[in-house]
Amino acid sequence: MIDVQGLRKTFDRSKVVAVDEVSFQAKDGEITGLLGPNGAGKTTTLRMLYTLLPPDAGTMSIDGIDPRRDTLGVKRAIGVVPDSRGLYDRLTARENVAYYGQLQGLSRALIDQRVAEFCDVLDMHAFIDRKTEGFSQGQRVKVAIARALIHDPKTVLLDEPTNGLDVMTTRALRQFLLTLKAQGRCVVLSTHIMQEVAALCDHIVIIAKGRVAAQGSARELLQQSGEAGLEDAFVKLIGSDEGLLS
Amino acid sequence: MKAVWLKEIKDNLRDRRVVLSTLVFGPLFGPVLLVVMLGFAERQTSERLETTLELPVVGAEHAPNLIGYLERQGVVIQPAPDDPEAAIKNETEEVIVRIPESFGQSWTAGHSASVEVLADQSRRYTGTTVRRVRGHLSAYNRTIAQLRLQMRGVDPELTRPINVVTVDLATPEARGGMVLSFLPYFILIMVFVGSMHMATDTTAGERERKSLEPLLINPLPRWQIMAGKLAATTTFGLLTLILGLVAFVVAMGFLPLDNMNMTLNLDFKVAAWVFVMTAPAALFAAALLIILASFAKSYREAQSYMGMVVLVPMLPSLYILINPTKAEQWMTLVPLLSQNVLILELVRGEPINGLWVALCVLSTTLAAGVLAVVAGGLYSRPKLIFTSD
Repeated sequence: MIDVQGLRKTFDRSKVVAVDEVSFQAKDGEITGLLGPNGAGKTTTLRMLYTLLPPDAGTMSIDGIDPRRDTLGVKRAIGVVPDSRGLYDRLTARENVAYYGQLQGLSRALIDQRVAEFCDVLDMHAFIDRKTEGFSQGQRVKVAIARALIHDPKTVLLDEPTNGLDVMTTRALRQFLLTLKAQGRCVVLSTHIMQEVAALCDHIVIIAKGRVAAQGSARELLQQSGEAGLEDAFVKLIGSDEGLLS
Repeated sequence: MKAVWLKEIKDNLRDRRVVLSTLVFGPLFGPVLLVVMLGFAERQTSERLETTLELPVVGAEHAPNLIGYLERQGVVIQPAPDDPEAAIKNETEEVIVRIPESFGQSWTAGHSASVEVLADQSRRYTGTTVRRVRGHLSAYNRTIAQLRLQMRGVDPELTRPINVVTVDLATPEARGGMVLSFLPYFILIMVFVGSMHMATDTTAGERERKSLEPLLINPLPRWQIMAGKLAATTTFGLLTLILGLVAFVVAMGFLPLDNMNMTLNLDFKVAAWVFVMTAPAALFAAALLIILASFAKSYREAQSYMGMVVLVPMLPSLYILINPTKAEQWMTLVPLLSQNVLILELVRGEPINGLWVALCVLSTTLAAGVLAVVAGGLYSRPKLIFTSD
């Protein structure tokens, strides 16, 4: 359960306002989508949630923990697949995942067990013991997800998870996210792809120019805009068609 | 922190570039260069001293006695080329002696008869040969002068009111120390080269691969992550240092030291002392390099900084070169300079000054600690985390 109220973040000595007055809730057992054009402030919002950026104003809480007060506590409670998904090329996929397990403070046995589970769920048996140099985007994302979730977090944040993936991998990933939801986790993902939110999300937060333009379920958003299709609704709600092409 | 340390070590041991530069080139560069350079220099000098001196002489017929004397000394007199000046200029001859026509005249008249030694003294390799020719000529000069005085019943010692004798108290060890004056530089540079790749890979490399942001999301204080990287880098620096010192000690065995009349005081015991004094410098180097590399966005950018940093250990060596004073206590308080000074004292075979070693270790550790704290705080800056913005 994530609760965000009045979040604000500026850069370059307050000259650039990246995020302003952003408020939303993400419930357990639901997938919440942050939808918006590139540069709308989705990544900045997520970065504040996973504590790498301090907000200028506003409050946040993840399962009752304030990321600003208890940084380490929040980091233990969440699993994050950020925009940067760099792996260590000279380590095998297994070693990459195990490293994060060690940083989370898990025991050797538990790490082995969790890696075995991910091999099944994410279909990684073929490449788990290969060095990650030369991995395809799809394989990289799988490793990045496995290492982010190695500690079995209740809350999962993903920044543009399907970026650069082919259709098959995207389908597999969506399936995986639905599994996470079915397990009762709180899943938040950011994306600029409408079909993605339409297919996955229970709750959609449309962000444009750092502000929340609208939020609700897909049906509520259609009602709000009075349009028939989600794409038209999106354009109308953010007030321009910028960013749709990218 | 231990996890970070272990991972970085494992990760980098798999990088052939790192292993080569840290564990092979780094330690071997200095010793091999030392052996090759000294061996070569020694061979050159002895060759020039021992080979027969072939001396082209212009106008040999004007001074048959002098020529006879030279020949008795083993000098092979050769006919001079037509244009002696040109022969020197285009390096076909090293030295040519010219005896002017007036030689005999001046000689019999009792004036100083002049003899010219033609050589290009800006060419350093001619030095030995010129010195040998001069030596022969002045020996002849002295002999004749004494004979002339004795013929007139004058004691030749009258012409020498004082007799200057230099007593060289330099021990063979100290003489070896002169040769080893660049040893501290080699040792310090070894530490820097050893940690360089690691420092770059764990910081700038991490940003370039875009793995820094996910790494920092792990529930670990940022200074601990940095400390792990620093420890791994220092480990590699120390490893290079140990291997390099062993290589130096082994290399000493290949040097023709007896021929050069010197002893190099660099056995394993001295090497151990050098290690004790230089070990804090490894942490110093690691922290300095990591701070710099952290600001770089890519491997390439970081390496251009590294090139400049390698000059840092050179500064104290240069200072000593320009201002060769004796070791003083304040020097032991300056990191890198203190290693320089104390390593020199050690290889000269001076007794170990416990206080100075302690000061050296303490001051360097302190400076390294300050740098380490600065490095530890770096990842609290958002600017250094995000690659894209």
